Amino acid sequence: MKRRELLASVVATAFAPGLARAETISGSMPWVPGQAAVPPLAASTPTATLFFSPAEAETVGAIADRLIPEDGLSVGGREAGCVHFIDRQLIGPYGQAASQYRLGRFIKGTPEQGLQSSLTPADRYRIGLTALNDYCQTKHSLAFSGLSTQTQDEILTGLERKDINLATIDGSEFFEQILQNVREGFLSDPIYGGNKNLVSWKMLGFPGAYYDYRDVIDQKGKKLDFPPVSLFDTSI
Amino acid sequence: MPNIRPKVDAVIVGLGWCGSLMAEELTRAGLTVVAIERGPWIETGTDFPPAIDADELRWDTRRSMLLPQAVETITFRNNPTQKALPARDWCFNEWGNNVGGSGTHWAGMAWRYSPYDLQPYSMTVSRYGVGQFTDGLIVQDWGVTYNDLEPFYDRFEKIAGVSGKAGNLKGNKIVGGNIFEGPRSDEYPLPPLKTTRLTDLFTEASDALGYHPFMVPAGQASEAYTNPLGVRMGPCTYCGYCLYYGCANWAKSTPNNCVIPALMQRQNFTVLTDSTVSRATFAADGKTARGVVYLDKDKQEWEQPAGIVIFSAFQMQNVRLLLLSKIGQPYDHATGQGVVGRAYSFQTVSGANIFFENEYLNQFIGAGALSSQIDDFNGDNFDHSGMGFIGGAGILVVARGARPIGNTEVVPPGTPRWGSAWKKAYTDAFQNGTFIFGQGTSYSHKDSFLDLDPEYKDANGLPLLRLTYDYNENDRRSAKLVEEKSLEIGKKMGAKTVIGTNATDQHASPFQLASDHTIGGAVMGLDPKTSVLNRFQQSWDVHNVFVLGASSFPNNAGYNPTGTIGALTLWTAKAIIETYLADRGPLVKI
Repeated sequence: MKRRELLASVVATAFAPGLARAETISGSMPWVPGQAAVPPLAASTPTATLFFSPAEAETVGAIADRLIPEDGLSVGGREAGCVHFIDRQLIGPYGQAASQYRLGRFIKGTPEQGLQSSLTPADRYRIGLTALNDYCQTKHSLAFSGLSTQTQDEILTGLERKDINLATIDGSEFFEQILQNVREGFLSDPIYGGNKNLVSWKMLGFPGAYYDYRDVIDQKGKKLDFPPVSLFDTSI
Repeated sequence: MPNIRPKVDAVIVGLGWCGSLMAEELTRAGLTVVAIERGPWIETGTDFPPAIDADELRWDTRRSMLLPQAVETITFRNNPTQKALPARDWCFNEWGNNVGGSGTHWAGMAWRYSPYDLQPYSMTVSRYGVGQFTDGLIVQDWGVTYNDLEPFYDRFEKIAGVSGKAGNLKGNKIVGGNIFEGPRSDEYPLPPLKTTRLTDLFTEASDALGYHPFMVPAGQASEAYTNPLGVRMGPCTYCGYCLYYGCANWAKSTPNNCVIPALMQRQNFTVLTDSTVSRATFAADGKTARGVVYLDKDKQEWEQPAGIVIFSAFQMQNVRLLLLSKIGQPYDHATGQGVVGRAYSFQTVSGANIFFENEYLNQFIGAGALSSQIDDFNGDNFDHSGMGFIGGAGILVVARGARPIGNTEVVPPGTPRWGSAWKKAYTDAFQNGTFIFGQGTSYSHKDSFLDLDPEYKDANGLPLLRLTYDYNENDRRSAKLVEEKSLEIGKKMGAKTVIGTNATDQHASPFQLASDHTIGGAVMGLDPKTSVLNRFQQSWDVHNVFVLGASSFPNNAGYNPTGTIGALTLWTAKAIIETYLADRGPLVKI
């Protein structure tokens, strides 16, 4: 079995509750050898999506290619793996807003009180992608992915600035969700499905998963040469 | 009838810095101690070795080590005319959810407060008169002085393995250290961390302006170190994965790296993990606590009886536990009566965003507390005559690691947030963009307080804590001065673009992430009418209950709170062991 698939088959959340953890601890450090709280990786089948329908994946890819366009600095968001990354995030606890407080009445408050939305990230994509394409069909007789890049940019700008409303979801709320996740897909460690070939870290000059800079810290203000590395070598 | 565990000498709620330091002291003095921790056991080799730790999405973006709002959060409003609503997503409540508490994931800035910070009322009146206080401001002395705490600051720094350079050794000012600090009896246990391009730029510019820069005392071991408890720490590798992360090197000053390995050898100590305390219980006469009630991992209710009850569950949770336990009179904003929940404060942040040109800051090299700072505008270190406010800020730069995902909005003003223009600007800013951070004093106010929310509850059906807070006029004035000084330094550093920032230009919000230092609500003091705890952090109302944490602070200084939290814990431990055990009753007689 390839190493990446082995790791991906471990089901885990933040602290890997599958690990054997003592709960009444006395008399010594309760270390159990051979355990590790590996990252929560969803099962990985690179060509199929687990959350998005093909139409949804196409729309997300088109949006990602505008938020992170292909240019001299890097490939576009779709090729960098943003669709794959977001797809995997949405089928996990993040997609279900598992960390959020979701009890009690949802009442719109002041900006200082933060988002009071009952939608999970998964909801925002389900509802928002359809709402976006409905808007595009109504206004332009095409799905979002069929529009020119200029029109796509105008629509995204309109959502961002709250100039465009969608029928079934707050356009700005949907936009901010996808902008955040596209950024994450572009910039996170490739083990999560994005940042293919470390493209963003090469662009930025970010070394990635290094853990010791003591031998270069005195080379202040100099360009350093650290080819970026991921937590796991995905070329294997 | 809940299940009941065997009685012990002391039960400690929350095993973070305060809980572990107290447990170490009490068990060494021979007491049987049970600590009850909501989160799980974690440790370096299993949970954050180098092969796992260097992962921004998991630990920083998703805050995987922190307590999720789904487990507990607060409700928030700026003023009493509003309805408070729950903070539903990640916000300034950066709570621990593990053995070690927030002390495991913190950045490591390990300060002492200045003498003025602990006696702000008497020192302000003495120098400027009562007219210096703006309307409604709550300013009161802590009941302990810097000189009282000095030996305990010293011990905390040695246990924690803090790296720094003394600026005032027994009254002798030493250039290179912080000449504004209170007098120290001893040097730091470890020399300062190495400097970076960014800290050098700040140091040179501040120096040229006539200020007195120094390296911030860092909770990262600059060398291999064995602390007074016999626990060994490794040297910091400047990996840049610090705040929100565990440390794979055993180099960060954390309860896990500094106290718990010694504590776990004690046969008279037990920690119950994955267990949530809801309140204290009382003896039949209602005058002393009998123990605490908690829910275990399977939601079964248990009681842990104990001779002494210690709340060390973090600032917010301490106040909530007191309110749910009905210990002390709750603060009533309408009448101004009561003390539990009164005197909440925060951290007043202003500064400047700065962008260089053609620099190589290499910000991926860093440590949580790797910073150069000036204290010339902190506390009462400058003459406030005629200025109409008290306090100020430490002004610093932070070389803490790179954050590719976290820093996507660190681009010059006017830059689009996406597209090719953003990519270009962000790539440039990755080596050139950073900020000057004014970490300012924060004073409480009659309109800043905590109480129990009337509507929203946690998953166990208990009311959430409600915070009512906005910036007050005093703190807005101090923030303005600090912003001006930050602009001055930024320009002197040679930055091409320098833009002032000021959190107080807007209303306060839990989603304004300039700081996570929530303070007060169960303050210590000399007068039961204005404090919940006496000067030993003992409840005025229930003499066998002690409360440890930043909940004790009547005000916040222009520094991070952990060093003072540690020192106060050791101060209280000594009072319990040397005085309370032999004569159980109020340590301060009124």
